[in-house]
Amino acid sequence: AGLAAVGLIRMPAHASEEATMAAVKEYAGGMPETGGVEIGAPEIAENGNTVPIEVSADGATEIMILAAGNPNPGVGTFHFTEMSAESRASTRIRLAGTQDIVAVAKMADGSTKMARREVKVTIGGCGG
Amino acid sequence: MAKIKPRVKVPKKAKAGEAVTIKTLISHPMESGQRKDRKTGELIPRKIINKFVAKYNGTDVFWMDMEPAIAANPYVEFSVKLSESGTIRFEWTDDDGSVYDIEKKITVA
Amino acid sequence: GSWARLAAQQRLTQDQLLDFETTGNVTLVHLTDCHAHLKPVWFREPSINLGVGEAKGKPPHISGKRFLDTYGLEAGSPEAYALTSEDFVAMAREYGRVGGFDRISTVLKSIRADRPDALFLDGGDTWHGSYTALKTGGQDMVNIMNALKPDAMTSHWEFTYGIERVTEIVDDLPFPFLGANIFDNEWDEPAYESHAMFERGGVKVAVIGQAFPYLPIANPRWMFPNLSFGIREERMREVVEEVRADGAELVVLLSHNGFDVDRKMAAQVEGIDVILSGHTHDALPEPVQVDKTLIIASGSHGKFVSRIDLDVRDGGVKGYKYRLIPIFSDVIAPDPEMTALVDAERAPFKAELEEVIGTTQSLLYRRGNFNGTWDDLICQALLEEREADIALSPGFRWGASLLPGDPITREDIYSATSMSYPNAYRSEMTGEFIHTILEDVADNLFNPDPYYQQGGDMVRVGGMGYTIDVTKPIGSRITDMTLLKTGEPIDPAKTYVVSGWASVNEGTEGPPIYDLVEQYIQRKGSIEITPNTAVKTIAG
Ligand SMILES: [Mn+2]
Ligand SMILES: [Mn+2]
Repeated sequence: AGLAAVGLIRMPAHASEEATMAAVKEYAGGMPETGGVEIGAPEIAENGNTVPIEVSADGATEIMILAAGNPNPGVGTFHFTEMSAESRASTRIRLAGTQDIVAVAKMADGSTKMARREVKVTIGGCGG
Repeated sequence: MAKIKPRVKVPKKAKAGEAVTIKTLISHPMESGQRKDRKTGELIPRKIINKFVAKYNGTDVFWMDMEPAIAANPYVEFSVKLSESGTIRFEWTDDDGSVYDIEKKITVA
Repeated sequence: GSWARLAAQQRLTQDQLLDFETTGNVTLVHLTDCHAHLKPVWFREPSINLGVGEAKGKPPHISGKRFLDTYGLEAGSPEAYALTSEDFVAMAREYGRVGGFDRISTVLKSIRADRPDALFLDGGDTWHGSYTALKTGGQDMVNIMNALKPDAMTSHWEFTYGIERVTEIVDDLPFPFLGANIFDNEWDEPAYESHAMFERGGVKVAVIGQAFPYLPIANPRWMFPNLSFGIREERMREVVEEVRADGAELVVLLSHNGFDVDRKMAAQVEGIDVILSGHTHDALPEPVQVDKTLIIASGSHGKFVSRIDLDVRDGGVKGYKYRLIPIFSDVIAPDPEMTALVDAERAPFKAELEEVIGTTQSLLYRRGNFNGTWDDLICQALLEEREADIALSPGFRWGASLLPGDPITREDIYSATSMSYPNAYRSEMTGEFIHTILEDVADNLFNPDPYYQQGGDMVRVGGMGYTIDVTKPIGSRITDMTLLKTGEPIDPAKTYVVSGWASVNEGTEGPPIYDLVEQYIQRKGSIEITPNTAVKTIAG
């Protein structure tokens, strides 16, 4: 019911998944190793229009975030420097529905790492 | 259009080499280009903040590329470690080329 | 009959109920989810309470005879009456009503006589749930609880009075209003105190509060627009570490997570000694132990008070003694002082409360995974009064019971419907969207990962039958949706007129549900609920 507000029309799941994997491979120059990246996100989004997420990966110079279920999976990329206390940052994103958040980290030596985490977006109601 | 206003939470003092958490917000609708105008039924053109940069005494310390999936009133939180006192400057770049900025002084002991 | 009740009560005395060999150096008293029920009630526990994943078949997901066998309770005993629905009507007539804040006051005074510095902790869902609470914005409950002098509280339905009212109350509250998981959603900073430190029995005790994690999803987030909640396991870990570093030798989590969420949190977060669990309204006669954490479930509607004495030495719990004290209203002498306070709160509304609207021939109750007779009544009222094909009534767990033959007063109707977003909407929904709603709610109950469970029961459905396989994943649990009046399957593409209440969307239109139900009962005069066979369950 909240889709109009989010302004994101849902694509069929597999189309977004393929677009996501294509973006990952293009960014990482191949399929990254899984692990070594942490994604902090609520189990269930309180509001699909603004979902707080945090990503971190020790030693990463960049971390790209993708929303595997959004029509355009791209979300954003954090860039760190020596003056960053740690390769960790957080922001708020729009999710068109229940889906995986994907985070791809680039290390100083050029290697890449990847992680996924599901965030549920529900209709709500039924307050226990 | 509501006034686009950057706001930040930056400590006035920090210990050298210690992690300093920076919180930043800017009031911006982040039009994704996929939202329909209820009256006209047409798509409202995309107009978002596409880049955020934090500089300390002129050097980039952290930046972020943003896509339309970033929520309205973009929030970015990150941390820095500083070795000398100085000025931290934040810049948000809009699709239409305008740049919004704000600066804060930090004394490092 | 009444002589049986007298005989039953002879076997049961106040001294027996309060008998407790004080041990150790710290006492915790826990009351939770009373839902503003100040007076004694009938309260039937659920006859079906399914668990999934690791929780399958484990307390609290046991009911009836299995519950009795699990805890070695004798059928027909006072404990069997308090803790299960076995033979409920006969037992109720024998043992009488339960609860009542003047009885709770007697129990508290007796415990405090043993242990003057006992910590009395309120698990939340206190200010909401009755006619007088709704009319006074929770003030009756605030006054009564203040008189009982709790040491801390946490929250859930409290927030449905809106953030201004909550702030107004909390600013003058003479004890901490705790919520480690409540943050402002602009700057992501804590919005309430996470914990309170106490000195009891010569040791430092930390009480950490956890509000219901899914308030902005399960209840109207527009009523508290700048707050964010969530389970926030990492935050809990940080607060536990902080209080330990601060010298706490006993760490108590006053939680409104719901039992299964608390069970997972106990396994995931080190260093919590006791979790006083609320929200899912479970009542267990013994704590459940997970690693080094004791989880205590203290029921609802003022029906039970938990007491645990702990022997805390050299920074740890060396032993404990626990009792779930059932509040038998006819056995525990009311504290006259509290009776007067309660009656004073109710006096301005006496006539409205006591007005008899109709009579019930059937046992009316709410608790049960898939339906309850109170909700069958509400759904029937929605179908008829709003002329709808299908009715939806949320799977709330609050609301007392009525015995066959009882009058239905306005107070009774509000016990099952009192809330601040009561509009009974009437809207058109496609069959597919109705399926999506049922699947969405079912996953709040039956997602194998407790952190995705929101603690309510399944949405109750009028005018439609369905089959549910609780073991399936979201999207494939609900099948055979059938429109009862035609017997035809629900067509995903077809539009149906649906009436329901308690929508979380702002500006929902329609008469308040309590007026609609009152109108329906008035019209019918006498209520008869035939057993609901519309929901077929596959428990796997
Ligand atoms: Mn409750
Ligand atoms: Mn609750």
